[in-house]
Amino acid sequence: MLLAVSSDQEFFRETTERFLVEQAPPNEVRRLRGDSSGFDADYWRRGAELGWTSLLVSEDHGGGTISGAGLVDLSMVAYEFGRHASPGPLLPTNVVAGALSARDAQTEVLAGLLAGTEVAAWCAPELAPALGAWAPTVDIRHDGAELVVHGAARPVESAGQAGHLLVTARDGDGLTQVLLPTSASGLSIEPLRTADLTRRFAAVTFDDVRVSKDAVVGVSREASTDVELQFHRALAILNAEAVGAMQAAFDMTVEWSFDRYAFGRPLASYQALKHRFADMLTWVEASHAIGDAACLATQEGSPDAAELASAAKAFIGQYGAEVLQDCVQMHGGIGVTFEHDLHLFLRRFTVNRALAGTPAEHRQRIGAILNGREAAA
Amino acid sequence: MSALSTDGAQSSEQLEDLESFRERARSWLKANLQPATREEMRWGRFGDSEEAELAAVARDREIQRMLFDAGLAGVCFPRAYGGQGLSPAHQRVLNEELVGYEYPARLQVPTLSPCAAVLLEFGTEEQKLRHIPAILRGEELWMQFLSEPSGGSDVAGALTTAVRDGEQWILNGSKVWTTGAWWSDWGLCLARTNWDVPKHRGLSVFMLPIHQAGVEVHRIEMLNGSREFCQEFMTDVIVPDSDRVGEVDDGWTVGTRWMFHERMMYSSPYVSVPEGTSHGGMDARAVLAIAREDGRMGDPSVRDLVGEARMLDVVSDELLKRVTESIRSGRMSDQAAAIGRLFKGTAASRISTLAFEVAGSAGAAWSEDGASSETAVNFLMRQAASIAGGTVEMARNVISERVLGMPRERTQDRDVPFRDVPRSRPPGT
Repeated sequence: MLLAVSSDQEFFRETTERFLVEQAPPNEVRRLRGDSSGFDADYWRRGAELGWTSLLVSEDHGGGTISGAGLVDLSMVAYEFGRHASPGPLLPTNVVAGALSARDAQTEVLAGLLAGTEVAAWCAPELAPALGAWAPTVDIRHDGAELVVHGAARPVESAGQAGHLLVTARDGDGLTQVLLPTSASGLSIEPLRTADLTRRFAAVTFDDVRVSKDAVVGVSREASTDVELQFHRALAILNAEAVGAMQAAFDMTVEWSFDRYAFGRPLASYQALKHRFADMLTWVEASHAIGDAACLATQEGSPDAAELASAAKAFIGQYGAEVLQDCVQMHGGIGVTFEHDLHLFLRRFTVNRALAGTPAEHRQRIGAILNGREAAA
Repeated sequence: MSALSTDGAQSSEQLEDLESFRERARSWLKANLQPATREEMRWGRFGDSEEAELAAVARDREIQRMLFDAGLAGVCFPRAYGGQGLSPAHQRVLNEELVGYEYPARLQVPTLSPCAAVLLEFGTEEQKLRHIPAILRGEELWMQFLSEPSGGSDVAGALTTAVRDGEQWILNGSKVWTTGAWWSDWGLCLARTNWDVPKHRGLSVFMLPIHQAGVEVHRIEMLNGSREFCQEFMTDVIVPDSDRVGEVDDGWTVGTRWMFHERMMYSSPYVSVPEGTSHGGMDARAVLAIAREDGRMGDPSVRDLVGEARMLDVVSDELLKRVTESIRSGRMSDQAAAIGRLFKGTAASRISTLAFEVAGSAGAAWSEDGASSETAVNFLMRQAASIAGGTVEMARNVISERVLGMPRERTQDRDVPFRDVPRSRPPGT
């Protein structure tokens, strides 16, 4: 997806791509639909060895980047995950690992995430676009040396496979983040159904879960900056995956249009269809462009990171859906069969579109950001 | 982008480094140019008087001359022709620094690109020395004598005819959609020089002064009141053979690159335009102003519409950067410029609709000076963004056929002499 990559980045991308093609081809992805965790533990551990979980983690904590820009490197992995509809808890593990590393918290848990022997999940607050802020669904109250966590979060990716949950909660008029073991008393995890074959989601309920203050990641009531960064990182991963899925479906459909004949001509010769392919290519290229720009802005902490992140999520969600559904339409009936690979990408895209804010919510957030800027000027 | 890589730039070791170029541009602009609002930088707005328009043209020429003297004109043009011999990256820096200042808007498109860009690629040494420095000094404003009343998208179907008469040519015909031809100096003209060969093989390109006997310039009134577009009628216009650009009957080789430069529009490395300038039509800020005027930003559905406009602006900028870079690096052919053109056209149409939607009943009747005042008329003009500079349908053909390699449309004008190709009936017959 990136236009300018170093040879090290290209080598990294190729290594990941080769591994995914060999270890998780479409039939393996289909097989995993019946698997409760949705990925093979050894596959994930070997992926971690390739660097999939280290890119947002500092070198002091055993992580490291390829290019110095860890989120950009990670977006290359996510793009390949999208292009191959690959299994594995890529988003939650990386977001939590990055958050722990930034706050030098829970380093023994972090080591497990880096090694790929443990999975973590993030109970994120909902986006409240009207306020341009967060609407946490979990509360924390202080009780002496302990914190009491109460509320519920859904959908939480990989909660059922995770050893620990990073929970973002309302704490007075601020946000506090805590890392809880999934074995904590009062914590329950209910699996949800999803459209993706290999990703797993759950509803998590906190019924007055008590933890010591040591569980706090960062500073109590002052986590909103951390949360925003986590959120923008999650968007970068979701977007890169979505663009990968779009590209795979589009390439497959272009090929089909040359091979498939109707009325003695290839589909690719009909202007009514050619014009739709032109639109699709334009939207795919635009999705690459905005996805990469947003990822870079988050990586660099640019002042326009929020606007770009939401523009990317809104645009890719809206136009990507048109691309993928039109790819189905171009295929005809075979495009909605389980046997064909197209739905693997449609599934990956569709779930990502609905996570971390819909296109409409992100458009509203952009409107609020623009309005705020104008009001301040 | 062959012109840039072969003779457009200094070799890398001599190039002024970007930061010192930025400093030089910044301090000169601050000391010499007037600040300008985004609104003031939009031109061709209807209602401006002829005197005001001519004064603005004169000021543009003056600023261009100042830029030339300051070593900031023609960043990507070779030094031999009065340019700076620098890179597209330097041009981007200048565009960033130009934000907030007046700039010679009327000299950019089509004078510097596509016209000067075409001269640079196809002109003789003598032609380039005669015209490019003059253009960069603000002395020559150029127009494209390209489209004809007989056909918009089918540019190669030109009917304007040039007949050879010794060392000169005699041109007859009509061209249309020239922006501001009434205050411009030169036209770059595509004409038919041979009717007995297939249409793409009988064209040649000429340059000619616009203000001369035999060229009659009419201003066209658009439905929004704008009179920036013109139509020219050429009657026995004499052009010396030394003003022919490219080979006789090989005008389509020139024309193909001409249209590439045209599709690059404001992302061409040959033009200087403040970063983020809106080129006619509306942008998200205009949509926001309408919403704020009515105090409607508290309404989530209005915020959604404003956010969508901003999303399209932001994505459009990033897409143009990506396409430009992809063409530069060879990842995509220069035909991919059509991707930017298609997106810009459809996004502009959508933003006009969003503004109209946000304006509510002010889209039906409005006060003179409110933020909503041009919304309805802009909506009436909505499709202009998908027509001018090549229709989006043509862009879709180019993308599917030239970028994706899909089979060409079947046409009735291949491999037959152009005079035998079926044509529209002339109006009034």
